[in-house]
Amino acid sequence: MGGGGALIVGYLSIIVLLPIAALISHGLSIQISTHGSGWAFWHWHVSFGFRAFWTAVTAPGSRSSIWLSLWLSLNVAAINAVMGVAIAWVLVRDRFFGRGFIDSVIDLPFAFPTIVAGVVLLAIYGPSSPIHVNLFETWMGLTLALLFVTLPFSVRAVQPVLASLDLESEAAARTLGAGGLRTFLSIVMPSLWPSVLSGFGLAFARAVGEFGSISLIAGGIGRTTTASYYIFNLTAGFLWVDAAAVSTALLAISLIVLVTTNVVSRHFQKRLL
Amino acid sequence: MNTTPKWALRAVVLFYLGVLIGLPVTFLVVKALGHGFGPFWSEVTQPNALSALKLSLEVAAIAVPINAVVGVGAALLIARHKFVGKRVLDTLFDVPIAISPIIIGIALVLAYSKIGWFGAPLTRYGIKVLFSPLGIILATMSVSLPYVLRSILPVLTEVGEDQEQAARTLGAGRFRIFWNVTLPSIRWAVLYGVTLTIARTLGEFGAVLVVSGNITGVTQTLPIYIFDSWDQRFDVLGSYSGALVLALISIGVLAILAALKRREKNLLVDFA
Repeated sequence: MGGGGALIVGYLSIIVLLPIAALISHGLSIQISTHGSGWAFWHWHVSFGFRAFWTAVTAPGSRSSIWLSLWLSLNVAAINAVMGVAIAWVLVRDRFFGRGFIDSVIDLPFAFPTIVAGVVLLAIYGPSSPIHVNLFETWMGLTLALLFVTLPFSVRAVQPVLASLDLESEAAARTLGAGGLRTFLSIVMPSLWPSVLSGFGLAFARAVGEFGSISLIAGGIGRTTTASYYIFNLTAGFLWVDAAAVSTALLAISLIVLVTTNVVSRHFQKRLL
Repeated sequence: MNTTPKWALRAVVLFYLGVLIGLPVTFLVVKALGHGFGPFWSEVTQPNALSALKLSLEVAAIAVPINAVVGVGAALLIARHKFVGKRVLDTLFDVPIAISPIIIGIALVLAYSKIGWFGAPLTRYGIKVLFSPLGIILATMSVSLPYVLRSILPVLTEVGEDQEQAARTLGAGRFRIFWNVTLPSIRWAVLYGVTLTIARTLGEFGAVLVVSGNITGVTQTLPIYIFDSWDQRFDVLGSYSGALVLALISIGVLAILAALKRREKNLLVDFA
């Protein structure tokens, strides 16, 4: 790899690896000490403070915020999985004036800073809503914010696959008398499942960790405190170790979800070949 | 053929996008400019807003070039060399954007602040990470890490090594090959990645909020100024105005990305 490689690894260590190692080690209260005389590894003593981790993660506020995040993320990823297929379908198969514009609008939530997404939603669904729909401090408000920021994942995961499908088998199904819906479900959907699932996984992971876009509409009451908001509140009270513990739990959950959707998506892909 | 489902589907999609994106963005403009351009302008030019903008630009001026160089270097390494741990290196680049920005912020604090792993030696040399611009720079570098790499890698793979090998056969050195052969073939991809990096850098909120401590005029970036205006100072117009400025920057970024995509077909990466 040479000198350049070493520099890159060093940089990655400073801004990614060491901080995350420090986070997990604080979260699980891992203590590495040497007792006795030497520095050789058999003198090392590694202890886990699993009880501290468990206490922080199962504190009432923590538990309810983690459940809320998981529940919201599940709903949001599911809604956008359905809408993602619908939107991708319209963008790929439909022809109408302004389609190109709609296609570029899909990227807006990616391009917008998350806090801008938060302010944008408050402009219309906030306490001084011009259309009298006030979703401030409601689950509906949180859901809308998460739907906004995860929409591009769901659409862009499906769109290229849908565009690459050849139309012949669909035409064949039609010729054999299958209706539009039946053709879609039995010819198109089997090829789309892997991408729908990976879009679902990405959207879910993003929603679980999301903070900026919900930080304003959540308002700060207990009922709308998501996991990331709860963790932020802990840091605001300088409870860094508790924050690290809940963060470690959240990391583990995100990892499990991403690996699971990856495995299931590959399973579907294999069945296609 | 029955065309009712087609119309119905189109209507559902347009309604969903309207409720989720169209209406909110429209009303941001209405709220920010509703009292006329004068109040908007005095909001965005007030001292705290300007110092927040200045800090955001300064952080970007440091984080973007570093991540661009690292991204290009890593892309060359991954596309052109064989080594153990290549896939691990590739995956590591995506870690910062796969996890919550709040967690990134906490991780940096637990590594480099006074209470962190390296707190004692850093404090001894007077290096302060928590509640300081340095922490903001570290957090920003972390969350904007992969974009240049992700933009270049597919293009670099697509272009192949033939031209580079030809140049080598003709006696060109490594740097000459990079400047005259490799870089010209990936320049649009580099520009694309840098644009994405700038966008993410100017917009980062969660990670910066944790490390910055939100000190007005000192550690307040533009996104944090927008949050603070709404949440702490109840200056709603200031919040809308700042958000409109960042939203316009984002739309400019999207336009640049679209133009670059027309030049280079392999630019498919998004913020994902």
